[in-house]
Amino acid sequence: MASGIKDKVAILGMGCSKFGERWDKEADDLMVEAYEEALADAGIETKQINAAWLSTAIEDQHVGKSGVPLAIALRLPYIPVTRVENYCASGTEAFRGAVYAVASGAADIALAMGVEKLKDTGYGGLPQRSRGVLNAMSWANFSAPGAFAQLAAAYRTKHGVAQEDIKRAMAQISVKSHDNGAKNPKAHLRNKINIDTVLGAPTVAEPLGLYDCCGVSDGAACAIVTTPEIAKSLGKHDIVSVKALQLSVSNGQEASHNSWDGSHFVTTRTASKRAYTEAGIADPRKELSLIEVHDCFSITELVTMEDLFISREGEAVKDVLDGFYNADGGVPCQIDGGLKCFGHPIGASGLRMIYEIYLQMLGRAGPRQRQDEPRLGLTHNLGGFPHQNVCSISIIGRYGA
Amino acid sequence: MTAGILAYGAYIPRLRLQRQAIATANTWFNPALKGLAKGERAICNWDEDTVTMAVEAARDCLTGIDRKSVRGLQFASTSFPFRDRLNAGIVAEALDIASHVAALDVTASQRAATSALLNALIGGGPTLLIASEKRRAKTASPYEMTNGDGAAAVLVGEGPAIARLVGSASRTADFVDHYRTDDQPFDYQWEERWIRDEGYMKLVPPVIAEALSRAGLQASDITHFIMPGTLPRIAGTIAKAAGLPETSVRDNLQAQLGETGVAHPLMLLGHTLEQAKTGDRILVVGFGQGADAIILEATAELAKLPARAGVKGHLARRKEETSYNRYLAINDLVEIERGMRSEVDKQTPLSSLWRNRALLTSFLGGECTKCGTIQIPKSNICVNPNCNAMHSQVPHAFADKAGRINSFTADRLTFSPSPPACYGMVQFDGGGRMMLDFTDVDAEALEVGQTMRMMFRIKDHDTQRGFTRYFWKAAPAPTSSKES
Repeated sequence: MASGIKDKVAILGMGCSKFGERWDKEADDLMVEAYEEALADAGIETKQINAAWLSTAIEDQHVGKSGVPLAIALRLPYIPVTRVENYCASGTEAFRGAVYAVASGAADIALAMGVEKLKDTGYGGLPQRSRGVLNAMSWANFSAPGAFAQLAAAYRTKHGVAQEDIKRAMAQISVKSHDNGAKNPKAHLRNKINIDTVLGAPTVAEPLGLYDCCGVSDGAACAIVTTPEIAKSLGKHDIVSVKALQLSVSNGQEASHNSWDGSHFVTTRTASKRAYTEAGIADPRKELSLIEVHDCFSITELVTMEDLFISREGEAVKDVLDGFYNADGGVPCQIDGGLKCFGHPIGASGLRMIYEIYLQMLGRAGPRQRQDEPRLGLTHNLGGFPHQNVCSISIIGRYGA
Repeated sequence: MTAGILAYGAYIPRLRLQRQAIATANTWFNPALKGLAKGERAICNWDEDTVTMAVEAARDCLTGIDRKSVRGLQFASTSFPFRDRLNAGIVAEALDIASHVAALDVTASQRAATSALLNALIGGGPTLLIASEKRRAKTASPYEMTNGDGAAAVLVGEGPAIARLVGSASRTADFVDHYRTDDQPFDYQWEERWIRDEGYMKLVPPVIAEALSRAGLQASDITHFIMPGTLPRIAGTIAKAAGLPETSVRDNLQAQLGETGVAHPLMLLGHTLEQAKTGDRILVVGFGQGADAIILEATAELAKLPARAGVKGHLARRKEETSYNRYLAINDLVEIERGMRSEVDKQTPLSSLWRNRALLTSFLGGECTKCGTIQIPKSNICVNPNCNAMHSQVPHAFADKAGRINSFTADRLTFSPSPPACYGMVQFDGGGRMMLDFTDVDAEALEVGQTMRMMFRIKDHDTQRGFTRYFWKAAPAPTSSKES
């Protein structure tokens, strides 16, 4: 097996814009907002960056195609800039590009920027977008919530869970994230909610109500990476390094072959297994200090707890209701508020999650800082639909941990 | 040798608009509508038109029949979705018989179906004749009350006929009781009393008499008299004038279906065949710029015809629609705020539609000749992870397979002309699965494991370019207890 990425690349600096309805900002304003923070954190100048990756997923709504918008926004000095898109895993893809460039020796210092400006559509929810010519003619008329909502029907059927029990666990997931998001000045939604608010909200796609769905917002997040050696030479002492980066992409089996029951993510299971191997993690429930997962919808977070092998299969409902994933629980999940409170500017989300893990590792998370000293954190993105998707996993931790 | 009728079929949309709902909304303007406010009429769901209904009626008609035997397809309607695109061609592709049939659209008169039937009977066969109608009517018009949407089909050929032709007559007259031009969406009609006295009463009885004479029959020999028409007591009045037995006059299904236009003579013929006995003589009249009279005799083969839903089965498959507003909206009779999500471009690249017609119109998937895995869509590389053979698949038909719901939702976010949009993963018996739109479902009654059947429906309307695209959707199977 390949030796993997563990401890080969360090995060030199990170930045994250305020997420929200940034009516007065363009995408390049958001990128610069994240970049200024990252640059100051890294303690370098723009000219020291050798290569850059830009992630956007709904670029037609804001910057358009190619790496040019990033190069212009940051006035990058004619270096390689690549735009990546891989559904909701796009942000992590940009990070992967930068990390691999450093690991390969092609770049000493590389930048990953994710941005999305979603609030210029005129309506709530994710922008409607093209699916491709043949898909538009043959795919069901599904929205993102409608596609993910179906996990609930399949999960309930498989595990014999009553509708009211799963709805309650889903509600607790959202309540927990709002509790955490309330403490985060960069989050879009900072209001606390309770289970009754969630259960009483209007239905979006059965059984998902309004509070089972993450918000839609504008935002940008940015990482500057280098080797641990260069980080040290630049005066960094507390080094945060990349332990694993994995991606798993559906090949049509879930959509067309009857081997999948619809209650879980095949991709998350394969990607997380590979990531634990790459990072040298034997028991994620014990070894992970915190996780940031792709809670586009509460039901996604619920089944993901099992797909990451942290809850045993069929036991996520119990773990959630027991508070195992609360900020003071065994493995805090969405300690920053998650997609639920940040919203989901697609290209930025993966980097926003890594930003939180990075802050937590350095003890810089302020009032939401994990009390037990964190060692290893995981981020997880899912793009597409349960029956056809892209899953990315990153594991970030203290260098040498 | 003259061909006979080999099989029949019908399709009636599930929604039945309650006429009282029309009256409640409109009697402030036209109090006379109160007199028509009894019973119900069939109305298309938002994703149905004459093409989709024709496909269903044809599938019903072809129950138990080898589709390869069909050589001709005639499609009669005055409400085709396309004016210059062979509507019968869409139906032929959907039935997966296009490559070996000659197909033809027949139109422009309310007797288009009976005239086509006569042509088919005289011309031999085997010809599949389908008639389908979805006529738009102005709000608060009598037509809105009396019209019904529906389709009927007969297979005509020289095999074991369930009903054989014993006589017929036709006459043509430019008698304009109503008309509709290219640029007008609605019919314009003249006074009913004139239509009755100068039209029906003067044009129909002589044609009946001539048909009887050619058949060598007396009027009293007729067991069933099929006379479509919505004028009060028109069938009985004609029967009396023509000397036909009073008991022969068939129910015109106005109370539970409405007048299905061009399809109505065949619809009533199907309804009659469901009850006819060997030797019964059936007189079918089509009226419209003249008249056709066709006399058929039921044979002993009728009882041997495999079971089908037919008119009776489709009349029983019903859901009461009490919302007049929904009826207006799904028939595009009112400008409803559809929201910005409806603005997504729905252009259909015609080159891609053609290239992918096996999937999109005929709903063919693939069967791997290496491992036997059934899959849809058909692909270059087998989806079975233990096989993954290349170029190993042969076409495999999915349209008539039963499927079961694996997962589902009722979506109120995505744009649907009739929300919520229901869809889910459907797993087919014998292999294969697909995430499919559902139609004709009640969101609250959906269940994992529920049995579904496939139906050819409208996928999207491209309002910018006036194109309608079709695809297959899953509807509750007739045996499903969830059907209401």
